[in-house]
Amino acid sequence: MARLSFVSWLYIAIVVAVAGGILWFAPLGVASPEWLATYAVLALLFLICDSTPTTLAARQSAWSPSSAATLAAVVLLNGGIGAAMVGAVAVLTMRRHVPLAERLFNGAMYAIAGYAAGKAYLATKGVARAFLPHMLTARQVHYVYVPPPGMFEKVLGPFAVAALVHVLVNHGLLWGMLLLDRHNRAAARRGSSPGGLPMLLAYDIGFAGLGLVIVALWGVIGPFASAIVLVPLYVARWVMGQFAEQQRAHSATLAALCQAVETKDFYTRGHSDRVSRGARMIARQINMPPNRVEAVTFAGMLHDVGKLGVPTKVLQKDGTLTEEEYAAIQLHPMRGLEIVGEIGFLNEALTGIMHHHERMDGRGYPMGFAGDEIPEFAKIIAVADAFDSMTSTRSYRKARSIEEAIVELRKGAGSQFDPKVVDAFICALADGQEKWKLQEPAQPRDYEILTSQDHDDPISPLRVVQTR
Amino acid sequence: MATAAQQSRYRDGEVTVRPGQRWQSWQSVDSARLLLLGGTAVLVAVSVAHLVGLEYSSVAIAFGLFVAFGELLRLALPGGREAAPIAMTAALALAMVVDIAKINHGRPISLAPTQVVGVAALGMALGALPHIAAGRPVGISGMSARLVAVAFVAFIFRPLVNPKLPALAGSPMAVARAFAVMAILVTLAWLIETVITAVIRAEDLRARYSVTLGDELRVQWRLGLAVGVSAIITVFAASAMGLLELAVFAGPLFVIQLAFRRYAGIRATYLQTVRALAQVTEVAGYVDSGHSRRVSKISLAVGRELGMSEPDLLNLEYAALMHDIGQLSLVEPIPAGATVGVATSTARRIAEFGAEVISQTGVLDAVAEIVRCQWLPYRGGMARPPIESRIIRVVNAFDDQVAGSSDRDRIASAIAVIRSDMEREYDPAVVAALATVTGRLPVSRL
Repeated sequence: MARLSFVSWLYIAIVVAVAGGILWFAPLGVASPEWLATYAVLALLFLICDSTPTTLAARQSAWSPSSAATLAAVVLLNGGIGAAMVGAVAVLTMRRHVPLAERLFNGAMYAIAGYAAGKAYLATKGVARAFLPHMLTARQVHYVYVPPPGMFEKVLGPFAVAALVHVLVNHGLLWGMLLLDRHNRAAARRGSSPGGLPMLLAYDIGFAGLGLVIVALWGVIGPFASAIVLVPLYVARWVMGQFAEQQRAHSATLAALCQAVETKDFYTRGHSDRVSRGARMIARQINMPPNRVEAVTFAGMLHDVGKLGVPTKVLQKDGTLTEEEYAAIQLHPMRGLEIVGEIGFLNEALTGIMHHHERMDGRGYPMGFAGDEIPEFAKIIAVADAFDSMTSTRSYRKARSIEEAIVELRKGAGSQFDPKVVDAFICALADGQEKWKLQEPAQPRDYEILTSQDHDDPISPLRVVQTR
Repeated sequence: MATAAQQSRYRDGEVTVRPGQRWQSWQSVDSARLLLLGGTAVLVAVSVAHLVGLEYSSVAIAFGLFVAFGELLRLALPGGREAAPIAMTAALALAMVVDIAKINHGRPISLAPTQVVGVAALGMALGALPHIAAGRPVGISGMSARLVAVAFVAFIFRPLVNPKLPALAGSPMAVARAFAVMAILVTLAWLIETVITAVIRAEDLRARYSVTLGDELRVQWRLGLAVGVSAIITVFAASAMGLLELAVFAGPLFVIQLAFRRYAGIRATYLQTVRALAQVTEVAGYVDSGHSRRVSKISLAVGRELGMSEPDLLNLEYAALMHDIGQLSLVEPIPAGATVGVATSTARRIAEFGAEVISQTGVLDAVAEIVRCQWLPYRGGMARPPIESRIIRVVNAFDDQVAGSSDRDRIASAIAVIRSDMEREYDPAVVAALATVTGRLPVSRL
């Protein structure tokens, strides 16, 4: 939560003030020792869960099943104030490196969510009131309420409402924060990552039932209930952590292997990585759903893998290419497809790899598609690909500036590139949310291979012998 | 009914079904599996007969449906394993259930052990039907192993339930005792299931039994822990919540299983990606087409023959797939791609560049080390290279000569050539394992 804007600070202040108000003014009255003991156990359960969160996927916010403790408190501690007090424990989280603002916000968010859930629970059915009429008497003594066996049917409805309210308030407040936070705004607008909200939502709804299971266990084995539910929770946490780890490992391996492909050629080193970033910038700019953004990122990464199938002699050739040599170069998207075609998760990304050298006027390769025949992914990669080629140094010329390259892109819009994609890319560059990372300036060492032509370069296209 | 045989063809995380090979596959159905299936069939026949006149039909239906639901949502785990954690949770809970609110009115639920097994078997069969309809393997061995474990718990626990005593809600001491008994029983049930699975797996993969048992214990213990504890939670919570508990608890169980599914999915994707990208050297013309995959397949078989455990085998597989990635640093491909005859300096450069690429990932350091050492001779160096590197060195030399051919003479002569170099270059134990493995099955069927 670095570099928060004034509005974000105001938002945090309001949320914290509301939570403070609830905890201060809500009638706690004289709580029975049993109530306090139950509260302590549930608060501990909440704290343990909250201190050991896990990421659902790489680059996503942390998740923990702590809401099960709050929801159990809604029933066991009779409504809002107990649940709010359980949620407020998030302030004490033992996660490391949590800034104070985030601690306060999380504690306040869970307190408000717990209080709202408790209110909803009491209002829906008035179960607690029906069974414990003296609960609302002047002295406000708080009892622990464990529904007797066979009474759970009556609790289930209000509990479901409470769980729903808890999820809505929790995610609503979180979403508001993301919306105000400058860096996450674009993501929150689409209701998607980096918060990974839909996945978090699914997991929260799935785990809500655990709150009621804790309540049921409480009647049989007492506070030990919260210890025993920690076991499956630990296993779930372990496997979620493994997933995130494997996902990171997968991306890292993919990137490393793509780099290996480029090492042959000094000047195109880092090209895949930059094209992949560019493709992601465009995809985000045109509001693609997150899974497609990810797919186009992979497509950008892998788009030139097939260049390995082109003989080094041809890539290095200085001077005019024969038709055969040009044909070999034109084959590289197909070769790429040959290599990665079996990777199941790529799906749509494959179309991007296959057609990234098609042109809007139909003069591209390998298929000669024109206009809307060209898949969207291919149009995106074509723009990012050409842009990186122009802004990178080549053995036969210096790098163009970003401005010059933009002029060239505009020149090619309509004939070579899709104008909409070009516009989106220029907007994304101007937006400044993600800066374009230029090729690192370096001098080639003498044994390194240098190509004297670049098939991606729209300014100086490949010279091919014209036989006709 | 070729499915049990198909199951025996687990290969690298997927079930390879080869049409037209059913008969041969059936012949390879092994003794342990036959024993298991026969025993389970008898058990099921007896048990289902006992279901007539069942007293607690609502309990049986609810738990049976839950078992079916769990069996429907079977879980594929890394390494070509299959589990049904939710079905197992429900079945174990049924075996141990004593008290369900609004069902038994104070006196413990009396179920015969055979009735428990009958309900579980019917539930599993019901849950397996959609799998059959969709053309997926029935998974009969897995179901049998689960059923045997459940039967074990039922036959021990059910006689302990005294119908004259009050149900669970007794003194704290009684509750603690019940908890301890259940904890011991679910642990034993997990062990039984694991041992059965390990025996079958050992026969399928032609691996050592002690190795597969270790693998199973390591892979399964967390899921087993979650299943056992969830079963106990179900038993206790149902005494307060009634059958409603099954519906409420299904949500968390489902989410946990979803997490396992996502994990297994990314593991499979990872392997797929490495397999595909390992082909870059082939497309670039550096090595013979299919070389990486053959080396990885044969290396895996040799590794199993040598009794390597699963995590080591996974590293071996990655390293074998990527062992030639270092050739990308060469300006021009080696003639015919065979690295067996190249100069030591070139072999070393390929190995080191490959290792450098792999260590760039930041997560495959062990694999990078294997690739780095693949050019080292068995003797003569400062230290002996790791076993994985020795395997890849031998198998690479083998495949460079044989190139996927299943010609017996060619294989024999290739091994003879390797043997002649054995003193310095190759590890005799690895060469012996290679001879065993290639003598057993043609390379294409490894």
